Amino acid sequence: MESRHLVLLLALTLGVGSLTGCGRDRLVRADDGTQPPVIEPDIERREIEPPRIDTEDFEVGIFAGQISVEDFGVNTVTGARFAYHVTEGFFVELAGGRADTELTSFERLSGAAQLLTDSEREYSYYNVSLGYNIFPGEHYIGKNRAMNTATYVIGGVGKTTFAGDDRFTINFGMGMRLMPLDWLAIHGDIRDHVFDIDLLGQEKTSHNLEAHLGVTFFF
Amino acid sequence: MRWVLLVLSLGQFAIAWNAAGAERQHREVTIADPFIELHTGPGKGYPVFFVAERGEQIELKMRRTEWFKVQVARGQEGWVHFEQLATTLDTDGEPFDLPMLGFNDYAARRWEVGALYGDFGGANVVGAYGALSFTPNLSGELWVSQALGRFSDSTMVTMNIVHIMYPDWRASPYFTLGGGMIKTEPKATLVATTDRTDSLALAGVGARVYLTRRFVFRAEYKTHVVFTSRDDNEEVREWKAGISFFF
Repeated sequence: MESRHLVLLLALTLGVGSLTGCGRDRLVRADDGTQPPVIEPDIERREIEPPRIDTEDFEVGIFAGQISVEDFGVNTVTGARFAYHVTEGFFVELAGGRADTELTSFERLSGAAQLLTDSEREYSYYNVSLGYNIFPGEHYIGKNRAMNTATYVIGGVGKTTFAGDDRFTINFGMGMRLMPLDWLAIHGDIRDHVFDIDLLGQEKTSHNLEAHLGVTFFF
Repeated sequence: MRWVLLVLSLGQFAIAWNAAGAERQHREVTIADPFIELHTGPGKGYPVFFVAERGEQIELKMRRTEWFKVQVARGQEGWVHFEQLATTLDTDGEPFDLPMLGFNDYAARRWEVGALYGDFGGANVVGAYGALSFTPNLSGELWVSQALGRFSDSTMVTMNIVHIMYPDWRASPYFTLGGGMIKTEPKATLVATTDRTDSLALAGVGARVYLTRRFVFRAEYKTHVVFTSRDDNEEVREWKAGISFFF
């Protein structure tokens, strides 16, 4: 009697088990293969567009001014600059320029003696500098117009080609950026280019002051 | 003259770029901070001239470094620091994801450029490089360096393989191996010298530190063996430090 009950219980358990567990599994599988889904999902995929905001951290432009080349007179200098604004304060600048230098006083007075050939007389430089906007501010023109400005200090290293040689050069100075438009800037810069030169027999440190005006575009 | 034309054309390109930017669709967002301050320029030093409240709709027009130029519903335009816009909502009420670069982007970088300055066997050296990451650990670098010394100037072009030991750390040491060419030009004031071009091999160690945004500081020591046409090879030691940007 006891064992018959046990057999019945076991059979029941087996039956219920197969109906619930395995049976459901089989049912679902059958459903998958043959029947179409009851509700056709009608979801329109939303186009997730990454925010595209115009970033203007680069600056490119040209400049022209005067450079005083030690012993070789004050000469017109022209050049180009490219800058990347890293933070609101710091920027990295790559600049290059050239000037044709004039005769030294010695060459003028002696008449014939020429220290340099025409190609050696060309002064050209490039440099990589780090700048910092120390005084951000505004300038006012008349009653209704204001212009953003920034006064910056800048310094860096580079190369000067002059008198037939390449010379390691340190440059430092100050400048001001006037911004009439968000993408247009007018620069006024004063820079000192310092390098060692042994052209006149003894090695000496030469300071070459440059003042220039420039225009740049942000993009 | 040629580079003046190049710069002028770049300027032209910049103007065209700006014109294209003006036509680009601006993004409308809703302020989620209690208020935002509009500065007259993209910097903390420029004065605040307008305040917009939570819930107001603003339009993001452009961005310079960490500052966004916005226009409020009443028409005023000013510059807002990204921290005040970090919790803004887009038109569907979803948090608006501002595209700011962070440490995650550093780990996923592919391209990198940089400039380093230092000492190359007693001469001042300025070097620039471009790098491509193959894996987070391994990258290839192309270097162009110029060393300006008392007696000679050299220009070097080298290809390097760099192994970064812990790419997921903010600061990580790295090892490098490479080879290339060096052109040495003695100073014009020295007599009876000729320019020469030699091949070289190098090995180095260094460290790189992620600073902020796209900025990486890096310093390295490399030792070079220059295979000269003379009897013995020349060994040159180089120290450099500088800044890199990644993309």
